[in-house]
Amino acid sequence: MRTTQALFKLRGSIHPEYFKGLARDKDIVAMPLPKQLCVSMAQHLGAPAKPIVSKGDHVLKGQRIGEAAGFISAHVHAPTSGTVTAVEDGPTVTGTLALRVVIEPDGQDTPANALPPIKDWTTAGRDTILARIADAGIAGMGGAGFPTRVKLSPPPDKPIDTLIINGAECEPYLTADHRVMLERAEQIWQGCEIMRSLLGVKTVRIAIENNKPEAIKAMQTAIAKADGDVAICILKTEYPQGAEKQQIFATTGREVPSGGLPMDVGCVVENVGTTYAVWDAVVNGNPLIERVTTVTGHPVAEPRNVLARIGTSYADLLAFCGGLTCDAVKIVSGGPMMGIAQSNLETTTTKTTSGLLFLEASRVPEYTSMPCISCGRCVVACPMDLLPAELSNRIEAGDYDAAESLNILDCIECGCCAFICPAHRPLVQHFKMGKSRVILKRRQAQTKS
Amino acid sequence: MSNDTQPYFIVSTAPHTHSGSSVRRIMLDVIIALMPAVLASFYLFGWHAVRLTAVCVLGCVGTEALCRRLMGRDLGIGDLSAVVTGLLLAMNLPPALPSGMALVGCVIAIAIAKQVFGGIGYNPFNPALVARVALLMSFPVAMTRWHDALNPARWLGFAWTVPDATTTATPLGLVKTALTMKQPLPLTWDNSTMLDYLLGNMSGCIGEVSALALLLGAGYLLFRRCITWHIPVTYIGTVAIFAAILRVVDPATNMPVSFHMLSGGLMLGALFMATDMVTSPLTRRGQLVFGAGCGLLTILIRRWGGYPEGVSFAILLMNALTPLINQATRPGIFGQSRKKK
Ligand code: SF4
Ligand code: SF4
Repeated sequence: MRTTQALFKLRGSIHPEYFKGLARDKDIVAMPLPKQLCVSMAQHLGAPAKPIVSKGDHVLKGQRIGEAAGFISAHVHAPTSGTVTAVEDGPTVTGTLALRVVIEPDGQDTPANALPPIKDWTTAGRDTILARIADAGIAGMGGAGFPTRVKLSPPPDKPIDTLIINGAECEPYLTADHRVMLERAEQIWQGCEIMRSLLGVKTVRIAIENNKPEAIKAMQTAIAKADGDVAICILKTEYPQGAEKQQIFATTGREVPSGGLPMDVGCVVENVGTTYAVWDAVVNGNPLIERVTTVTGHPVAEPRNVLARIGTSYADLLAFCGGLTCDAVKIVSGGPMMGIAQSNLETTTTKTTSGLLFLEASRVPEYTSMPCISCGRCVVACPMDLLPAELSNRIEAGDYDAAESLNILDCIECGCCAFICPAHRPLVQHFKMGKSRVILKRRQAQTKS
Repeated sequence: MSNDTQPYFIVSTAPHTHSGSSVRRIMLDVIIALMPAVLASFYLFGWHAVRLTAVCVLGCVGTEALCRRLMGRDLGIGDLSAVVTGLLLAMNLPPALPSGMALVGCVIAIAIAKQVFGGIGYNPFNPALVARVALLMSFPVAMTRWHDALNPARWLGFAWTVPDATTTATPLGLVKTALTMKQPLPLTWDNSTMLDYLLGNMSGCIGEVSALALLLGAGYLLFRRCITWHIPVTYIGTVAIFAAILRVVDPATNMPVSFHMLSGGLMLGALFMATDMVTSPLTRRGQLVFGAGCGLLTILIRRWGGYPEGVSFAILLMNALTPLINQATRPGIFGQSRKKK
């Protein structure tokens, strides 16, 4: 079998409780069209898209409704056919406001067929495929939402030799990627071949944590006839195996330099969901208008892996999963380690919504944070080898220069330190604030000079 | 969905889950780990050990509560750190110390060594050790009036509070006197004395004598991951190496390694005092340096210093160096080794 064990151990990690059993064995189910879809223009990293439809327009499924605004941006498409009832500001997952297009579905789901299928992609040529990936509005579906076209066209001075497919899904509770690998292994491998030919690389590593044996098996079958250096890389189940820099290290032993990108060490990392979306866009001509989201948590009546149109409200998703059986006190968009807490259920899904997690009161205890007792546990847990304790003390004292020299910008906000801290210090909160202050300071220094 | 009755959800920064560890739990573990040695001290020194332990724990908790109240803060005794300090202070006192003096120690430990600096987490020095050394300076006679363990009079009450014929010197004290007087080594060191020392049948501070009980407790702390091996092993290891060298160079004036291991406060210091999280370095590498430094200073003081025992001073000195050690042992971060190339 083409399987390797991870080459290198994480520098720091934690072992949270996973609770994947809630939704792991639930098939992906497509959710019927909701009454309303609110498609945000800020779905990806970079500049939000510009809406190109207005109130009253009739749109078709897959029709472009938002135009990429700049190099790092992505197009946005209508998730179904219907009438645009508003183009307005709406809440995003981070609590800010961004333009969104509100669509009232007509129930016909009439496709626009704007993108012709490219059945034989091997002869289609690199530019055609890249254009297709951009036209389909594909952005990283693992979390950050980096526009995929940009990732797949690295500058010539950065030779790429390894493509890594991220199926680690190290966040507790979430099982969307697991199900996608299980049910769409063959398509993922095809998507992988497409990206491989775009990048011109021979080596492919599909990274999966060893708590997903079925997914490992499915992917093994899918790659059985592949040629070249292709292998499943089995990672130990620990958090954060899915973090980009950590995964590159585990699978190849290469360290992305401080402040650098994966391409600096010849790697491109794509999430399994994104890989499927690439296949779907190229071979079927489907733009990215739906994704699998795990709706889970103990209060949810029927936790599921839901295939929902982008723009579905969290309330509709929850209703599709039978609602709540007991009070939830916290709603998290994403997983419990890095997800974003929501104040209400009005927010709608985007290309990056991997999960919607409901937590009951007993799992959300209130803490009073204490002074650091220098136990050093955060230092051991930090996968970036930072000194969270010292960083946090400096930031608390307002000393951002010291925080900068202690490499705060290398913090990946994985939350290992805060998870382990016995003094319940708000470490990640400190680091998010500290990072933005340091970045602001750097910008100001740049504009002055 | 109960949105009518409960329209609000908690919003806070990630992570939304926690390991469940807490400062209180760590302190509770330390208290549990100290129990074998505390019970041993009761057995070995009788009523006086009970008295000192009670006075110190109540004194420390009381002082903590009072200080916090005076500063207008919440009581802050729920984290149990004052109980730990109280236990450790008691364990570092000779059995016949009058209760009033022990109480002075409590005030020094909590008010001066801890709360003045800002309370838990901010104290640069181990509070119990600061108190012990302050008491040693202030009441040199009372703090060096030793009694044998298992003294038949140990349950009789107040007899020891007056100087009487039952006082003895500690093993390290005997050796130090012999050294300064240039006399031959005063102790015979055979298997039966070694066993006595291991179990705690000797004179000394009430909590330091039973190496076995202390090791048991430390095992529990290691198991609970409240401490790691780094400081204890480097500390005890360094003392052992230097004691061995001294013994080889000059067997006439230096006791064997096992004597250094089992006498005085080495076990209590290396396992429970030097491992205090707040006052020891943050990183593993720093802890190795810290432990080695403690060991070196301990053996230097024992052999050449003015006091028979050097554990307290050694740890306090290394406490003072902890910020420097932290600075010098910062880890190279992920991705930085490549940046330089
Ligand atoms: S959040 Fe930042 S500092 Fe904390 S463990 Fe992760 S990388 Fe390290
Ligand atoms: S885990 Fe918390 S208490 Fe321990 S050193 Fe880090 S910040 Fe301090």
